[in-house]
Amino acid sequence: MSVVAHREATTGGFWSRTSLGQKQLIWAWGFLAVPLLFYVVIRFWPTFQAFYLSVTDWTITKPAEFVGLENYKRLFADPLFWQVFRNTFVYLILGTPISLMISFIVAYYLDRVRFMHTFIRALYFLPFLTTAAAMAWVWRWFYQPVPIGVINDVLAGFGIPQQPFLRSTTQALPAVLAPAVWAGLGFQIIIFLAGLRAIPVTYYEAARIDGLSEGAILRKITLPLLKPTLVFLVVFSSIGFLRIFDQVYNINTNDPGGPLNSTKPLVLMIYQTAFSSYEMGYAAAQTVVLFLILLVISLVQLRLMRDR
Amino acid sequence: MRFRHLIASVALGVATLAASGARAVEIEYWQYVFDTRVKAMNQLIAKFQEANPDIKVKQTTFPYADYQTKVAASILAGQGPDVVQLFYGWTDNFIAGKMIRPLRAEAFPAADIERDFFPIVSAMKRGNDYYGLPTAVRSLALFYNKKAFKDAGLDPNNPPKTLEELIAAAEKTTKRDGSGNITSAGMTLDMTGQDHQWWREVLIRQFGGTPYTENDTKVTYNDEAGLKALTFYTDLQKKHKVGQAGFMDEGQAAFRAGLAAMTIDGTFRLGSFGTIKSFEWGVTELPANAQGVRSNYASYFANAITTKAEGEKLAAAEKFLAYVSSPEAMNIWMEVVGELPARRTAALTPENIAHPIYGPFLKGLEYAHTTLFKDELAQRQVAIDMVNRVLIGNEEPKASLAKAAEAEQAILDRAKR
Repeated sequence: MSVVAHREATTGGFWSRTSLGQKQLIWAWGFLAVPLLFYVVIRFWPTFQAFYLSVTDWTITKPAEFVGLENYKRLFADPLFWQVFRNTFVYLILGTPISLMISFIVAYYLDRVRFMHTFIRALYFLPFLTTAAAMAWVWRWFYQPVPIGVINDVLAGFGIPQQPFLRSTTQALPAVLAPAVWAGLGFQIIIFLAGLRAIPVTYYEAARIDGLSEGAILRKITLPLLKPTLVFLVVFSSIGFLRIFDQVYNINTNDPGGPLNSTKPLVLMIYQTAFSSYEMGYAAAQTVVLFLILLVISLVQLRLMRDR
Repeated sequence: MRFRHLIASVALGVATLAASGARAVEIEYWQYVFDTRVKAMNQLIAKFQEANPDIKVKQTTFPYADYQTKVAASILAGQGPDVVQLFYGWTDNFIAGKMIRPLRAEAFPAADIERDFFPIVSAMKRGNDYYGLPTAVRSLALFYNKKAFKDAGLDPNNPPKTLEELIAAAEKTTKRDGSGNITSAGMTLDMTGQDHQWWREVLIRQFGGTPYTENDTKVTYNDEAGLKALTFYTDLQKKHKVGQAGFMDEGQAAFRAGLAAMTIDGTFRLGSFGTIKSFEWGVTELPANAQGVRSNYASYFANAITTKAEGEKLAAAEKFLAYVSSPEAMNIWMEVVGELPARRTAALTPENIAHPIYGPFLKGLEYAHTTLFKDELAQRQVAIDMVNRVLIGNEEPKASLAKAAEAEQAILDRAKR
């Protein structure tokens, strides 16, 4: 009895002795602890475990044994890794500028359209809501040879020889990239529109009174003030293209990443190593490499595009 | 007073439940989701429980894509099935992971297995021990579109018997548009389907070679026979132009749509082709070579007992495994799923052999081979890439074959470690 009373006195004492600011801090951390704990257990812990796994030869069925940097040596000696590395960067280097360019142009003009503005915006946003798997299957059929491929039927109608698209080592990657770019447009357009709306109208009015041309307004006012939006979208879409997976996997499910690995990105190689060959250690090493690539690219981009 | 009654009845109920629970052994059975397979297994479980009222079998299923990972993860965690279905090609993996146990020789004598089952069941044997038994087996055959044959002036009741006749029939049934594009193929080319099995275990042997030696751990197809087999296959597109890889996306889709006169596929396709309404199709044995040599590729899913089953569960699991590999179970499986019985006596009945559809598949079983894959998907990919290098990359078949042999040997060597 006396113990309980004593304890109540001390806790009550502690709580009454803390200032309002400290109390707020305790509450804030109390609430933050839940998602923090979740992140540590669900996200960060497995991430660190991946680093450990990458120096073992774990295969799910065989217990893990320490093998040092064996997995990394094998990875850098594997020609498939270098091809996949190249592919991943082609997705990035083609995908990011093309998608940003198109979405900016669309957003720039859509911003001026009043007629059916919301409807058009919704139309652009629609593909973003569609499941990547469903979309990839539809495009897969678009790209088929005659008599069922829509694109080749049109080409044949104009007397142009039919194109192999997904059955070509040179055309397959752009063919896979096209639906991926298209699917991401809606999101980027919305963000660009929000960025454009955030620029104060008074700047434009002042510029027009001073007689600046539309081109000059775009260069001197719109683009510089859009920089934060642009930085966000460049980083966001770069990471998206570096991690491209479902589009590639679903457009060619029978030979994922094919033909002859010409469309295989790093993430797909990791997936196949882990879940069809069960070489978990080797897959973890690939994951670590992907992690480092993402880290470096994000840091470089943030630095390059940071405001001075 | 009423409250006491309530307590008493609840206690009685609990006691009865506990008693019946103690009497019935519950074992778990896992397989992947495939409508007809699940249905057939439900029937087998019902029959088994009727005969063994003291055993309850619980069936759990999930998608094929995650199947191996989930089985491995759960057994290693001490949970999961007592009896598990696995592809024969995963056996090494499952044994290495201590997931399945050898069948006790007293319950399943090896001599009986070898006398009663088709020889391909030896793929489940390691040393003197069998690690599982199949209910049903699958083999390949040539499907042909009777309407396409008739339209091309061929006899729909006389399908090609040799490789030469196959090419001749394919040439007659191929249709092209003005610019030479194929609009209806004579023969499907689809390495991602069953063609890699056809090439590996059938064509190579028919051209005088062997795909592997030393229990399929050494690649031996990088020779004259392998080259002839590869050239025969790629010539279907390059020289004879009777088919095109990627036409209609998949070979089976082209055949289903009536846009391919012939395709090679397995027993597992019967259910899907059975729903074709627009034309009549037939099945015939895989074509022989000029000397009359035939071969086939057979595969199966086996049922095995896991290391998790101990004591009375192990005894129950053995009883259940014995039942699902009995002739009765095999006949039910054939009726519901369409796969062939794994026991000779159940399969080779006069009625089955004369059957227009099952007959050709059953004949194939007699001379079929079974590849002991180490990593089926990776080895299949090697074959896909080998053909793509020739068809898309215009590489010489000889160079492409050598690369494939090297890549596949690397996969086999890695698995040995």
